[in-house]
Amino acid sequence: MVNLKVNGKQINVDVDPDTPLLWVLRETLALTGTKYGCGMALCGACTVHLNGEAIRSCVKRVADAAGKEITTIEGLALNLSHPLQKAWIEVDVPQCGYCQSGQIMSAAVLLSENPAPTDNDIDEAMTGNICRCGTYSRIRQAIHRAAEMKRSTT
Amino acid sequence: MSATEMKRRDFFKTGAALGGGLLLSLYVPEWVLADSVHEATPLTPSIPPFAPNAFVRIGTDNIVTVIVNKSEMGQGVYTSLPMLVAEELEADWSKVRYEPAPVDAAYNHPVFGIQMTGGSTSTASEWERFRQAGATARVMLIGAAAKNWKVDSASLRAENGYVINPASGARASFGSLAEVAATMTPPKDVPLKDPKDFKLIGKPTRRLDTPDKVNGAAQFGLDIAIPGMMTVLVARAPVFGGKVLNFNADKAKAVPGVKNVVQIPSGVAVIAKGFWPAKQGRDKLEISWDDGPNAALSTTGMREQYATLAKTPGLVARKVGDPTKALAGATKTITAEYEMPYLAHAAMEPLNCVVDLRSDRCEIWTGTQFQTGDRAAAAAAAGLKPEQVTIHTPLLGGGFGRRANPASDFVIEAVQVAKAAKAPVKVVWTREDDTRGGWYRPMWSDRFTGGIDEKGNPVVWAHTIVGQSIIAGTPFEGFLIKDGIDGTSVEGAADLLYGIPNLQVDLHTPKIGVPVLWWRSVGHSHNGFAVEAFFDELAHAGGKDPYELRRTLLADQPRMRAVLELAAQKGDWGKRLPAGRGRGIATHFSFSSYVAQVAEVSVDKQGAVRVHRMVCAVDCGRVVNPDTVKAQMEGGINFGLTAALKSEITLDRGRVQQRNFHDYQMLRINEAPEIEVYIVPSTEKPTGVGEPSVPPVAPAVANAIFAASGKRIRKLPILKVDLRG
Repeated sequence: MVNLKVNGKQINVDVDPDTPLLWVLRETLALTGTKYGCGMALCGACTVHLNGEAIRSCVKRVADAAGKEITTIEGLALNLSHPLQKAWIEVDVPQCGYCQSGQIMSAAVLLSENPAPTDNDIDEAMTGNICRCGTYSRIRQAIHRAAEMKRSTT
Repeated sequence: MSATEMKRRDFFKTGAALGGGLLLSLYVPEWVLADSVHEATPLTPSIPPFAPNAFVRIGTDNIVTVIVNKSEMGQGVYTSLPMLVAEELEADWSKVRYEPAPVDAAYNHPVFGIQMTGGSTSTASEWERFRQAGATARVMLIGAAAKNWKVDSASLRAENGYVINPASGARASFGSLAEVAATMTPPKDVPLKDPKDFKLIGKPTRRLDTPDKVNGAAQFGLDIAIPGMMTVLVARAPVFGGKVLNFNADKAKAVPGVKNVVQIPSGVAVIAKGFWPAKQGRDKLEISWDDGPNAALSTTGMREQYATLAKTPGLVARKVGDPTKALAGATKTITAEYEMPYLAHAAMEPLNCVVDLRSDRCEIWTGTQFQTGDRAAAAAAAGLKPEQVTIHTPLLGGGFGRRANPASDFVIEAVQVAKAAKAPVKVVWTREDDTRGGWYRPMWSDRFTGGIDEKGNPVVWAHTIVGQSIIAGTPFEGFLIKDGIDGTSVEGAADLLYGIPNLQVDLHTPKIGVPVLWWRSVGHSHNGFAVEAFFDELAHAGGKDPYELRRTLLADQPRMRAVLELAAQKGDWGKRLPAGRGRGIATHFSFSSYVAQVAEVSVDKQGAVRVHRMVCAVDCGRVVNPDTVKAQMEGGINFGLTAALKSEITLDRGRVQQRNFHDYQMLRINEAPEIEVYIVPSTEKPTGVGEPSVPPVAPAVANAIFAASGKRIRKLPILKVDLRG
């Protein structure tokens, strides 16, 4: 039994402690917004926050996430109120959309650490997230826009 | 125009003249025909208030649901096709929703005669039908209001979700009219709007599917879960065409959570309570394989074979003038050989398929671009009739052609697994399975000979193409292969737009045991590079500016010339750049659209290439959603850059040598250039958007590398070419 705290809720899961966190989120907890893309921490589709840090849940043992704050895309803001979600909608970033949960979760950590990132800062922080549809220029644009929104409200 | 393009066009005309029923019998393969002849069935058991046709439903809550018969894989059909309906319906856009269509003959592609998404045809092929669906519904709603108000319907009009009586000021919402409208007889051939009256078409419109894609709510195939479902991973042969000799599953079965291990035609399936036990179980399988006839295949060997073939003329796809004679009289001749690798589609969502198989029915959830074919194939595998098979199409986490397989590989296999598992199953492909699973863009070798006259003008263009046929062996053979020439192998080459007086394009089609498939922009993905890169060589050999020479030779191609000029102007063609930087230009006509691009590239002393800027001009006829066109150009350019710069699939001893994103690399954000897109305003019919921006990318970049470094790129990916100072 592993005790997890996911999106603010405590939950016990009966899984092999070696299971990657990704599959516990997706299959045990039905939080399917976190995606499987590579299983080797190469594409970033599975990005979630662990104690506020962006991690690749496909290579994180669930046992190592026990007792820590886990935030998934569903926990960011289901009502679309997060500046990144607003900016993503305003710029119409997604195409197929499969990688976008991971993109947004990586971007959220970037913005929490750097309220006014440059293009270079964005490229550096987001380089682990692949988008096969090639929405990169809109991702940059939307992160700048979200940063603006965040700054104007704080 | 290539054979393929010509056929497509002919079918457009024929289709319009003869109507769908007759069109079907012209070319639709047998398995499709068997499935297509049955009548359209009612959509849902509970008949909604107003469903005037297969594409529109209006509820008493005023919600307008557009049933979309195209798969959403990022290209924006869940927005652009509803826009067509909403325009003619005079709907309130904020009340418009989308819903994926079930599989039914009513949703067949008006040209291809099966339900499918591909060929960059979604907007072009539904341009009339979806507007007609909206217009018909509007007339019926107005008729309902006229009946309620006892006035002449000609005195009423619809606007923003209401029917209005201008004389009395009365207004009735569509929802309030739905039940009466449902009793009206649908009118035929309702006149469509004059395009000058469009309110929605042509305006940048936010996508309807974006909100769900930013909060985790969007459901892709891999996200589907049904009661009692098992997760299955399949161990497939390491060599294409290989077979299981024998296997030992003892260790696999000992993994907690593994329920069963069964042999299926494609390999050994591990049936488990979730992905992780299935993966652990599969890793512990001991399998002896019979590698079969492809055990010795290697990229090196194939390259040699292709290069030898390229030196002899193949089957002639197009001939103009007398190339042999003209070559003898040319002032200068140049020859060049080009090479392009196999490519995997590498959609972000690996393949997957959920199957619930019962004795008398089968329900399938899978991100497919090929519903009719997959349903027929699933039915055959399950021993059922097609109408006993239901396919639900969730969102596709990328398609790029891989999910439109005439062989229905991932669907048939999942049905076979379900049969053996005797439980609902979700077959999941790992990234490694997806990368190594075949159905690649073919590997190509191209050989050119060009002749130049004393003024430096090209007078001879001879192009020999070597590569596997995508179409051979599929039900499309009769439609797309003529006199041994697969139209998709020579598209973008045989239909060269440049006015060169003596031309020959010929084709060798070797048979190789690697399964191949269409890959975003199909034959254009390879011919675009070879043709436009060699054109650049020819221009330089004749001492001509590559842009000016293109302009001159496009004298009879006003639409292409216009996009070329626009791209050159916006892309600062001819303006000075610092040393180590260069610009390249390329054009390409595909899916009836015209695209030109200017790439700005630097090459440093270590040979590292960086693409700084891509400028793209496109003429795709009338535009439905300009922001979607822009997005598709941007995405296609980054997709094209991945192929140009980074990725290749190679084989050694029959085995694919790449596995995951570390050795089959994708473009990342730090490598993505600034992209500018310019759309040429047009009143012509809409043409392709999803694919046409891919072909000019690699040649524009290769030509820019030549301008920057003096080095010719004749082989992709560029990363493998030594460009050191």
